[in-house]
Amino acid sequence: MSETVHSGPGGGRPDVADAASAAGQPQADGRTTVTPKRVAIAAIVALVVIWIAVKAAKDFSQFATVTLNGLSLSALYFVVASGFTLIFGLMRVVNMAHGSLYLLGGYLALNFQQKLFQKDDGGLHISLSAGGGGGGGDYNLVGWLVPGLMSVLIIGAIGVAMQQLFLRWNQGQDLRQALITIAISVVAADQMLAAYGGIAKDIKAPSLFPESVSLGSVHVGFFRLVIVVGSALAIGLGLWLLIKRTRYGKIVRAGVDDRDMVAALGINVQLVFASAFFLGAMLAGVGGVLGGTMLSLQPGEDTGFLLNSLIVVIIGGMGSLGGAAIGALALGLVDAYADVYLVFGSHDLTNYSILLTFALLVVVLAVRPLGLFGRPA
Amino acid sequence: VSLAPDAATVEAEARSASHATLSRNGWIALAGVVLVAALAPLVVSDFWLSQILTKALWLGLAASSLIFLSAYGGMVSLGQVAIYGAAGLTYANLVAADGGNPAAWSPWLAVIGAIVVGTLVGLAFGFIASRSEGIYFLMLTLAFSVLVYYFSSQVTQLSGFGGVNNLDLPSLVGDPGAAPAPLYFTAIVVCLVLYLWMRYVSRTPFGLALQGLRDEPARMRALGFDVRTHRTLAFTFAAFVASFAGLLSVWYNRRISPGSIDLGQTIDILIIAVIGGLYRLEGAWVGGLAFALLDNYSREWTPSIGNVLGPERFNTLLGIIFLIIVLASPGGLVGLWESGIDRLRRRRGGGGAPPTTSEAGHPTGGPAATTVK
Repeated sequence: MSETVHSGPGGGRPDVADAASAAGQPQADGRTTVTPKRVAIAAIVALVVIWIAVKAAKDFSQFATVTLNGLSLSALYFVVASGFTLIFGLMRVVNMAHGSLYLLGGYLALNFQQKLFQKDDGGLHISLSAGGGGGGGDYNLVGWLVPGLMSVLIIGAIGVAMQQLFLRWNQGQDLRQALITIAISVVAADQMLAAYGGIAKDIKAPSLFPESVSLGSVHVGFFRLVIVVGSALAIGLGLWLLIKRTRYGKIVRAGVDDRDMVAALGINVQLVFASAFFLGAMLAGVGGVLGGTMLSLQPGEDTGFLLNSLIVVIIGGMGSLGGAAIGALALGLVDAYADVYLVFGSHDLTNYSILLTFALLVVVLAVRPLGLFGRPA
Repeated sequence: VSLAPDAATVEAEARSASHATLSRNGWIALAGVVLVAALAPLVVSDFWLSQILTKALWLGLAASSLIFLSAYGGMVSLGQVAIYGAAGLTYANLVAADGGNPAAWSPWLAVIGAIVVGTLVGLAFGFIASRSEGIYFLMLTLAFSVLVYYFSSQVTQLSGFGGVNNLDLPSLVGDPGAAPAPLYFTAIVVCLVLYLWMRYVSRTPFGLALQGLRDEPARMRALGFDVRTHRTLAFTFAAFVASFAGLLSVWYNRRISPGSIDLGQTIDILIIAVIGGLYRLEGAWVGGLAFALLDNYSREWTPSIGNVLGPERFNTLLGIIFLIIVLASPGGLVGLWESGIDRLRRRRGGGGAPPTTSEAGHPTGGPAATTVK
């Protein structure tokens, strides 16, 4: 599954430190030896699986609901984290403002939806909406899609602007770039608080969409399950095709391995970088639109999604698209199960669910210091 | 290309330098600063003493633990707030307080408990993070911080969203609200002792090896140094320092809530460290002072530009200042000061200025220079 934007050795720099740390790490080859650590981890995993199986046997429809909710969370995490990992993989830029781009994407879409489509009269009806019409909280498909697209494009442009203005001339100084994006995220969070206030808001889904879908006795939100999971699958597939099958993808992969050589071959690397930043920021924006519709938009969500992206890529391995998918799946499911299944008899430990996220991180890093699909340099 | 020190050099340097925690001028300057600080309560108002000076001291202490790791170990940690939060939460839950765990220990026992817990949390975090380097380390420690924040806001038995209030304080500190001076002097002593201790550790064989790891991990590994253990222990020591910052902060606030250890605080500590300069321990307190001053006074002179800038938008101002410092002067205020001194000396014709002291790390210019030497 090492199909994607893996990072080269310091992006072309002869990075001694990197190579050295790689040499000291357990290599990610396929061999498995039995060590106490592995046994312990296998035992933990087995216990968790058994515990969930017991719970599932007791109440299957609850299990199904929780799982599907977990999957939709995973899908959202994946969309956001894929942008993060794409940017890192190619440029080794850790974009700490990724969460801000997520939240801003949601707010912009909300803004456009309210400004442009608030009064749902006449002209804009492209009559995809069956019933609806009229009320202020009622939007047809266009009233959701167009604001979403506009916001996503703007977020992409903001990403490029950020890269050109602040990051381009600091290339190779990954720590400084991280600090710069942290500074940007501080300003962005404050400005969004000023502009949109502290109250949770959400983007209205088109009234065309049904509230929920029923699979047997299980009811799950339509938007969550169909739109969000569907978008994630489409984005994952699209990115995979883009990187594996197109000329652009080839350039990106080559740029990851040896930026200088690619430049020497006459390819405009700066353009590739800018476009990758556009794409990565756009994905944060897509996440914001989806998340703003599925969950809500409020201050603090930027931090939350930055953390989610960080955990996803730390688990999955920085720069790996497949890793982001697995990491998102693991994080989403752990979140969902921990919120429900952390009840032992009369002891309700769901408060402590955050510790499970932490445990997930620790277990993965204990086995694979570079994440599941992380490659050493 | 500088040569990595081999083990013998490291040892020899350690032996010759182990007493030189500070140079003679350093001792004089330190004595001067401490004297001024000790006399400050005679001059400044209670408000200043508490809101500016005491705050600068504990913020600086937290930032200094970050700078210790970054300057000597090459590890920029965003996990210091997680550790001081852990220590603060432990203290808050062990003493009599509103909310939290009704243990009601004597404050001094709670102090010991808090330091032990903070240091152990640091040991655990350090053990996990010690295999990562550079930017990975930054991200992992950021994740630690945010996890501790979520932990404290979710676990209502220990804190919950309202936090723990009205903490019982040691009699030594008294009531900082009514009389800030005792806490101020306590903070001075704690900061002074820990500062000298960090300086001392940096001159021990352990500290010198740590600096070797910072510059040339591959060579140090080849020489037989256990990189991971060194990193873990350095992180643990920094956690010990950060635990004291946590204690001072809960004494100062008399409360702890998730809001006081959130990502914003994590970034504030980072900003303080960067303002001070990520490669000089002293910079931490310079940054702390600058931060406390900005926090208190910027609201008065910040021009109001619609919704974008104004007294309410402190974080915007702070973010912009942070951005400017990161872009313009990686060495922070201390870096500016030093380059100013260098330039002065050069103008006086003293030849090249002496290179900034060897223990200060990153001779190529601050925290951002991660290029291979």
